[in-house]
Amino acid sequence: MSEMQDYRSSLSDPKSRKFETFSYLPEMTQDNIYKQVKYLVSKGWNPAIEHSEPEQAFNHFWYMWKLPMFGEADVDKILAEADACHKAHPNHHIRLVGYDNYKQSQGTAMVIYRGPIKV
Amino acid sequence: MAKKTYQAGVKEYRETYWDPNYTPKETDILACFKVTPQEGVPREEAAAAVCAESSTGTWTTVWTDLLTDLDHYKGRAYRIEDVPGDDSCFYAFVAYPMDLFEEGSVVNVFTSLVGNVFGFKAIRALRLEDVRFPIAYVMTCGGPPNGIQVERDKMNKYGRSLLGCTIKPKLGLSAKNYGRAVYECLRGGLDFTKDDENVNSQPFMRWRNRFEFVMEAIHKAQAETGERKGHYLNVTAPTPEEMYERAEFAKELGAPIIMHDYLTGGFCANTGLANWCRKNGMLLHIHRAMHAVLDRNPHHGIHFRVLTKALRLSGGDHLHSGTVVGKLEGDRHATLGWIDIMRDKFIPEDRSRGIIFDQDWGSMPGVFPVASGGIHVWHMPALVSIFGDDAVLQFGGGTLGHPWGNAAGAAANRVALEACIEARNQGAQLEKEGKEILTNAAKHSPELKMAMETWKEIKFEFDTVDKLDVAHK
Repeated sequence: MSEMQDYRSSLSDPKSRKFETFSYLPEMTQDNIYKQVKYLVSKGWNPAIEHSEPEQAFNHFWYMWKLPMFGEADVDKILAEADACHKAHPNHHIRLVGYDNYKQSQGTAMVIYRGPIKV
Repeated sequence: MAKKTYQAGVKEYRETYWDPNYTPKETDILACFKVTPQEGVPREEAAAAVCAESSTGTWTTVWTDLLTDLDHYKGRAYRIEDVPGDDSCFYAFVAYPMDLFEEGSVVNVFTSLVGNVFGFKAIRALRLEDVRFPIAYVMTCGGPPNGIQVERDKMNKYGRSLLGCTIKPKLGLSAKNYGRAVYECLRGGLDFTKDDENVNSQPFMRWRNRFEFVMEAIHKAQAETGERKGHYLNVTAPTPEEMYERAEFAKELGAPIIMHDYLTGGFCANTGLANWCRKNGMLLHIHRAMHAVLDRNPHHGIHFRVLTKALRLSGGDHLHSGTVVGKLEGDRHATLGWIDIMRDKFIPEDRSRGIIFDQDWGSMPGVFPVASGGIHVWHMPALVSIFGDDAVLQFGGGTLGHPWGNAAGAAANRVALEACIEARNQGAQLEKEGKEILTNAAKHSPELKMAMETWKEIKFEFDTVDKLDVAHK
C-alpha cells in the first residue's frame, strides 16, 4: 500500500475544471483524435466542430464552427476543419460532436484541443 | 346473435375460457403465465382457470353474466407450451381485450393480471413471465417523464455511460456529514450520487436538512469541476402528500433529479410522481426495493421483465437493472433482455433472452438502466461492454471504499470508464483486453492504480437462482 495521497482540486485551481467525456484522460494525441473521428463516422453520425472560451465551457451552447458537416465521412476533411478552428481560436477548447439524427441527440461529444484554463 | 339461457351451477372453466382457435387481436393485452397446476388438474383447465380468474370469471355461473356481452369482455387462454427443462409446469398464453382496463393505469392492469388469481387453489404456483402491451394501450400511459435523450441534453453527458454512487453508510449519517460524502464523490468526477433507498426522513437525518446540504455540495462540485452534477433526492414518503411536499422543495432548491421506490411506494404514487416530474422538468430515478420478493422464485411471482414494463409505462428515467457481474442476482442473457425493454423502441420476441412477446413502445421515451451493487473498477470493462453508453454505472463501496477517500475513488472510476470508452471506440475487445486497458490508464492516474490494488481479488461467483428456462436435462 502506498502513502495516502491528497486529491488536488479546488475552485482556485484552473486545472480542476473538466469538460466531460475524456477530460479525465491525458490530452489526445493526433493519432488518438484520428481514431475517435473514425469511430464517430463509423456510427453514421454527423460530425461538427464547436469551440468555447475555457472559462465559459459550462454553458450548453458553444460557438459553432461553420455548420455541422452533414454526411461527411472523410476523416481527414473533418480533422482539417477541427485544425482550422483550433488555429483560429488557439486559446479555446475545441469540441468534436457527433450528431445522431435518429436519436435526435448527440451520439458523442469530446474536447480534442484544450485551451489554457484561466481562473 | 345467439340466444343464451341461464343455467345455475359450476361449469368447467375450459368450456368458456379455453379457446385454442383464437387469434389474438393487435389491441389485446397478452400475458404468458408459467403455471404449476395441482396434481390431476388438466393443463387446459388450469390455463382456463387462470384466464377466468384474471379476467371476467368467477367460480360459479351468475345470471348477471347474461346482461353483458361476455364474448367481448372475457379473456381467452389461447395457447399452451411446455417449459423447456421443467415438466412440473407449463406456459399458458392469455389474451385480454383492452376494454377490460382503465386507460393509463398500470395499477388497474396489475390488479387484474396478478390479483386473486395468484392465490387460486387449483394451481400450486403461478408466475407472470411476460406481458405484451399493445401500442394502443402504451399510448394512454405517460411513461418516462424525460427519457434518455432529454436527460443527456440536460446533463450534458454524451458518448459514455454515466457514473453514480450510493452514499454509505446508508443509515445513521447526519445531514451535514452526508452532504460532505456527496461533495467528495462529485468533485472527484462522478455525475450523480444517490440516496440509499432506506433513507427517507428518519430521526437521524430529516429530509429537509439532507436536501439543503446536498444541494450545497452539488453547487460547489459543479463550480469546481465545471461539469453538471446531480444527487437523487429520495422523495419516497409515507403518504403522497408528503412525497409531493419533498418533491416541491427539491425543485425549489434547483435539484435536477429526485428519486422514488416504485414497488414499496406503489404504482399509484409512482405514476403521479412521474406526471409531476414531467410537469416540473425534473428527472426521476427509480429504485426497485421489494422486486426480489416478486421476481426471484422461478415458479411463482412476477418476472422482472414484466416489472420493467410496468415502470416504463408508469414513468421513470432510471431503473435499477442488476449488474450481471456484481453481488446481486441476474442472469446475463435475461438481464440483456430487460435492458432492451427499458431502452429500445421495439423489442422482438427472443426466447434466448426470455422475451416471449414482441413489444412496441412507439414514441415512448426510454429508461436508463442502472447497474448498481458490488461493482468496482475491475468490472468496468465488462460493464461498458454489457451496458454500452446508455446506462448509469453505480459504484457505492467501489467509490467510498477507496483508501484515499471518495474523491479519489470517484476519479479512479471516471478514469477507468473513460479509458474503456476510448479503447472501445478504437475497436478494442473490452472483456478480453480489460486488464491492459486499465493498467495503461493507471499509469497517469494514481487513484486508479490504488483502486486496482485494493479490489483486485474480489469476485462474486455464486450461481444464479432464477435462470432462464432452457432444456438442461
